[in-house]
Amino acid sequence: MLSNPARVKIIWLQGITCNGNTHSFLNDPALGNFLESAEFIHHPLLPCKNTLKELVKKLPKSDILIFEGAYSASFERAGMAMETLLPALASKTSHIISLGSCASFGGIFKEGNPDQISGIVFDKEEEKGPLRAMREKVITLSGCPAHPKWLSFVIDMIVSGKKIALDEYRRPKELYGYLVHNGCLRNEYFEWKVDSHHFGTKEGCLYYAQGCQGPFTHGSCNKILWNEVSSKTRSGTPCVGCTEPTFPKSNLFSTKTYMSIPSEMPLGIPKRSYLALAGAAKSFHIKRLEERLIDDNA
Amino acid sequence: MARPTKEERKISIMTKALELFSKEGFYQTTMPTIAEKIGMSVGNLYNYFTSKEMLAKDLILYIANILGEEIRKINESPMSTQEKIEAIVHMYFRIAQDRPETIEYFLRVYLSNREVFQNCCEGMICVSAFVTEMMIFFEEGVRCGELRDQDFFSAFGLFMGYLGGMVFINGEKILPKPLESYEHSISENIYYALKSR
Repeated sequence: MLSNPARVKIIWLQGITCNGNTHSFLNDPALGNFLESAEFIHHPLLPCKNTLKELVKKLPKSDILIFEGAYSASFERAGMAMETLLPALASKTSHIISLGSCASFGGIFKEGNPDQISGIVFDKEEEKGPLRAMREKVITLSGCPAHPKWLSFVIDMIVSGKKIALDEYRRPKELYGYLVHNGCLRNEYFEWKVDSHHFGTKEGCLYYAQGCQGPFTHGSCNKILWNEVSSKTRSGTPCVGCTEPTFPKSNLFSTKTYMSIPSEMPLGIPKRSYLALAGAAKSFHIKRLEERLIDDNA
Repeated sequence: MARPTKEERKISIMTKALELFSKEGFYQTTMPTIAEKIGMSVGNLYNYFTSKEMLAKDLILYIANILGEEIRKINESPMSTQEKIEAIVHMYFRIAQDRPETIEYFLRVYLSNREVFQNCCEGMICVSAFVTEMMIFFEEGVRCGELRDQDFFSAFGLFMGYLGGMVFINGEKILPKPLESYEHSISENIYYALKSR
């Protein structure tokens, strides 16, 4: 439990970033309530106590340090290299949130400079980031971007002093214990192997023909919906696996196959079992699933 | 002598039915004939199989499982894809020689009388054990770079159609040489047709 839970003191620091997580955060419908209970010592966009220059000069204590963007030792904020600034702020905070896939694993920015850029604890799957020694106070919220409710959930848990169960990458199991496949409205099409061949349609599964990563990506995108209404797969585009350390993969919108068989099986499913079930399912033709849900010409 | 168990009885019915179906054909073989050949009343036979179609279905499942198990052993052995092709061809021809009724049943009953199986063996359901292992064989062959990536059925048809055709010709007594003497050249043809370029 924090000393003054009514006003949790937060520093939001950015590494190399596109601001995606900041923008995602601003879309939280409960942002107004959140801001009443939080005090930003520094935030790149919201009104806050310290400018970046003041932050770098004072290196103040905080309850939570949120780090957004990829880490590079030589990248500077207000004239201070990240290799100095980040550990200094990290050592003076109680909790660190690694927000988004770049902060968590290196993400998109790592692609441009793989040797110099990493996440703050993890570098892809390996624990080689600059805050690895402080890993116990780091919570990973990977995603491109992370959902605003994932962030408010973690902050609420911290403020109320509750223990957060974490997975091997220090992601909250409450949010990442599921696969994106869970809750996908297309699961019936997945079961019966009816594929979608176009983006944006209501029908068909996106796994086989469109490269959907839902069956092996941890995330609650189909449970905690985006903008409270939808998700990638619900709107007819494939999950791109953005919460995983392997993100970004190449050829995101096609499914790699070997002799027509997907190269990657749904998580934890043995190839033999999957192929036997898929072969059986494909033997049936379910007219209802092969038709448009709403026939424009009817 | 102890009375045979129900399971043993079932196996002896299937063994006799397999022999009769593959020799006489599905329609020429009747349930009374099968019952007579194994010394059982027709009524009792129906206690084991509720119809001739259900007996036929259990037989194709049984054969697919035999072939599937054999290919699984090959898939799990540390051989190159080229050696696996040779092993599959050898296994298929060996079964065709030692237990000709199994392959005959597959070719002359299952593939030739699809209407018999349409209500209980849709698509590949009854041969899933066998087809699944062939899928794994092809997938692993492409993954390790030995086979060319292509549509599964193009490759499957080339491989199994070839073997089935050879066994069929052999059954018609057309081949001038014993079936096993073709194993190497057939394996080589299949490998060269499927290998990566």
